[in-house]
Amino acid sequence: MTNEHVSKTNVREQYEYRRKKNAKEMKLQVVTFALMIFLTLIAFMAVGFSEHIPVKFIAPFILLLAIIQVIFQLYYFMHANHKGHELPMFYMYCGAATAFLTILAFCTIVWW
Amino acid sequence: MSSIAVKKGFGAILWEYLTTVDHKKIAHLYLMGGGFFFLVGGLEALLIRIQLLKPQNTFLSEQTFNEMFTMHGTTMIFLAAMPLLFAFMNAVVPLQIGARDVAFPFLNSLGFWLFFFGGVFLNLSWIFGSVPDAGWTSYATLSLASPGHGIDFYTLGLQISGFGTLISGINFLVTIINMRAPGMTFMRMPLFTWTTFIASTLILFAFPPLTVGIFFLMFDRLFGANFFDVAMGGNAVIWEHVFWIFGHPEVYILVLPAFGIFSEIIPTFSRKRLFGYSSMVFATVLIGFLGFMVWAHHMFTTGLGNVANAIFAVATMAIAVPTGIKIFNWLLTMWGGSIKISVPMLWSLGFIPTFVMGGVTGVMQGIAPLDYQLHDTYFIVAHFHYVILGGVVFAILAGLHFYWPKMWGTMLSEKIGYFTFVFFFIGFHLTFFIQHFLGLFGMPRRVATYLPGQGLELGNLISSIGAFMMAVGAISLVYNIIITVVKNKKVGNDPWGDGRTIEWAIPSPPPFYNFKQTPLVRGLDTYWIEKTEGKKELTPAEPLSDIHMPNNSFVPVVISFGLFVAAFGAMYNPLNQVGDGKSWALPMLIIGLLITFGSMLFRSIKDDHGYHIHKEDLMDDEGGESK
Ligand code: HEM
Ligand SMILES: [Cu+2]
Repeated sequence: MTNEHVSKTNVREQYEYRRKKNAKEMKLQVVTFALMIFLTLIAFMAVGFSEHIPVKFIAPFILLLAIIQVIFQLYYFMHANHKGHELPMFYMYCGAATAFLTILAFCTIVWW
Repeated sequence: MSSIAVKKGFGAILWEYLTTVDHKKIAHLYLMGGGFFFLVGGLEALLIRIQLLKPQNTFLSEQTFNEMFTMHGTTMIFLAAMPLLFAFMNAVVPLQIGARDVAFPFLNSLGFWLFFFGGVFLNLSWIFGSVPDAGWTSYATLSLASPGHGIDFYTLGLQISGFGTLISGINFLVTIINMRAPGMTFMRMPLFTWTTFIASTLILFAFPPLTVGIFFLMFDRLFGANFFDVAMGGNAVIWEHVFWIFGHPEVYILVLPAFGIFSEIIPTFSRKRLFGYSSMVFATVLIGFLGFMVWAHHMFTTGLGNVANAIFAVATMAIAVPTGIKIFNWLLTMWGGSIKISVPMLWSLGFIPTFVMGGVTGVMQGIAPLDYQLHDTYFIVAHFHYVILGGVVFAILAGLHFYWPKMWGTMLSEKIGYFTFVFFFIGFHLTFFIQHFLGLFGMPRRVATYLPGQGLELGNLISSIGAFMMAVGAISLVYNIIITVVKNKKVGNDPWGDGRTIEWAIPSPPPFYNFKQTPLVRGLDTYWIEKTEGKKELTPAEPLSDIHMPNNSFVPVVISFGLFVAAFGAMYNPLNQVGDGKSWALPMLIIGLLITFGSMLFRSIKDDHGYHIHKEDLMDDEGGESK
C-alpha cells in the first residue's frame, strides 16, 4: 500500500519535472529560432550591402554564420545537447573532420 | 537448428535462408556467397598466371587479360574478402558481446541481399560479353574510354553491393555500442569485436566517398555528365582521389577484422591472455584514424607536388608504428605460453612473418622518391598480395577452421587442414616472393605478356607454379568441407577445449535465441574466468523470462532485386555513352525503383511486432537443438 502511494507521488513529481523541463526547453528553442532568423537576415544584409563591404569578407562571414546555424540546429533542435548523445556526436565530428580533410586536400592539391 | 534441417525438405530450407533475419544464418549466407566468389576470383587468377607462364603467350588475348585481372581484383576485394569477413562478424560478434542478435536483423538481411545481387550483376558481364577492363581502381582516364558496357557493370554492381556494405557496417556499429551484455564495458570487449567496431567505423566514413565517386562515373558514362571528362572541363584526377579516399581505408577495413581473428586464435592456442590488451585496442583505433590520412600514397607519381608527397609519405610510414605494436603483442602472447599447434594456430604462425614482409614493402613504397621506381610494377603486386593474402585471406582460412564448429556444429578435418596449409602457404610464397624481383627487374603491372630474353622468364614460371600449388590447397579445402558436411559429426560447446570468450560457452551451433539468459560479463575473457573458477556455464545476468524475436521476412530480397532490375534499365537508357539505348530501358529503370521503394513502403507501413518465446518453452529446450 505504502509503495503504491510512493509511486503515485513519484509519477506526479516526475510529471511536474518533465513539464518544467519541457517549458524550459521550449523557451530555449524559441530563442534560438529567433536568433537563427536574425542570423539569416544578417547574411542577406551582408550580400545586400556588397557595394560597401569587400566580397573577400562576405564569403567567409556567411560561411561562419552557416556553421553557427548548423550548431544551433544540431544542439537545440536535434537534441545533441541531451545526455546519451555523446557517441553519435563523436561520430558526427569524425565525419565532419573527414569531410574537412577531403575538401582541404582538394583545395590545396587538386584545384590549386 | 539441424534437427529441423533433417525434417524439413530442401524447399523449406531454401525459403528459410531466403527470409532469415537470424545473424547466424546470415553468416552462413555470407560464407557461401563469399566462398563462391572466392573460387571464381581464384579461377580468374589461375587464368592470369597461365597467360604469364611463358613469354609472348597467346592463351588469353590482351582484351581478355585486362578483363581477367579487373574482375579478379574487384571480385576478390568486394565479393570475396569483405563478405567472408562479414560472415565471421555475423557469426561471432553478437555471441561475443552476449547479444541475441544484431541491432537491426532486417537490415542485416538486406545488407546480404544487396551484396549478393550486386555481385551477380557484376558477374553477369561475362555472359553479356562486355566485361569491366579498367582495373579494380577503374581510373577515369581508362574507364571513360572503355568501349562496351563493361564499366557500367562495374559501377552499377558495386553501387548496389556498396549499399549493402554500408548498411551492414552501420548495423554492427549500433550493435556493438548498444547491445553489449551487462558488465561488457568497452575495455572488456574481445579484440575481434573491437576490430569489427573500428572496421565498421571505417566503412561508415569510407563507403560514402566510394558511392559518390561511382555515382559520378556512372553519370558520366550513362547520363552524359562530365565530371571526369577533361575536354568538357572535368578533372580525371578527382576520381583517383575519391577512389583512394575510399580505397586506403578499405584495405584497413579488410585487415583489421583479420587482426581481430588472429588476436582470438593466438591467445586461445597459447592458453594465455592476450599480451597488451589495451595497447592492442589503442593500436586498432590509431590505425583506423591514420588510415584516412594516407590515401595519396597511391598517387605519388600523379604529380601532386613535393610538399604533398612528403606529407603523405610521412603519414604513411607512421602507420607502421601501431602495426608493429600489434606484431610484438602477438609474439609476446605466445612467449611463455603453452602453445598447442592446430590448423588455425598454424595459419596464425604463418601470418606473422608474411604480414611483416608486406608491411616492410609497404613502408618502402611509402618513401615517395622510391615509389617512382616501384609504382605500377610487379613490386606493388607482391606488396598487396603479401598484406591481403598473407593478412586477410590467411585470417579467413584460420577463422574458417576456428569458427567452423561454432557456425555449423562440426569440425573440419585437421589432417586435411595441414595439407591445405602446406600447399597454400608454400604456393603463396612461391607465387609472390619472386614478384618483388620481377618488379625490380622492370616488369610492369597489368601487362598481358612480356618478351623473352629480358630475365623475366624464370620468375614468371616459378610464380605460375606457385599459383597451381595454391589451387591444390584450395581444392583440398573444398574437399575437407564436403567430407565434413557428409560425416556431420557433432561437437560440443567448446570443441577446441581452450575457448576464452562468451561464444564458446554456448552450444555449437547456438540455439536461434543464442542465450536463454543474458550472461553477466565479469571481465576480459569471460568464459575463461568462469572456467578457472571451476564452472562450466556463464553467470546469468537476468532471471529466465520470455524472449522477444523478430519475424522472418522476404522483403530484403525484393528490395535488392528491384535495384538489380533498375540497374539494367539504367545501363541501356537512351543517354548512355555506348549509344545502344533501348526503348524499354527507362520503363525498366522506373519499374525496378518502384519495386525497391514500394517494398520499403510496404515494410514501413506493415506492423510487424515479432513474436515471443515463452519461458516454459525455454525451460523445456535442452541444449542447442531448437525444437
Ligand atoms: C604498413 C602498412 C602499409 C603501408 C605503409 C602501405 C603502403 C602502400 C603504398 C605506398 C602503396 C602504393 C604503391 C604504388 O601504387 O605505387 C600501397 C599499395 C597497396 N596496398 Fe599497401 N601499405 C600498407 C599496408 C597495406 C594493407 C594492410 C593492405 C591490405 C590489407 C594494403 C593493400 C594495398 C593495395 C591493395 C595496394 C595496391 C592498390 C592498387 O594500386 O591497386 N596495404 N601500399
Ligand atoms: Cu594505401
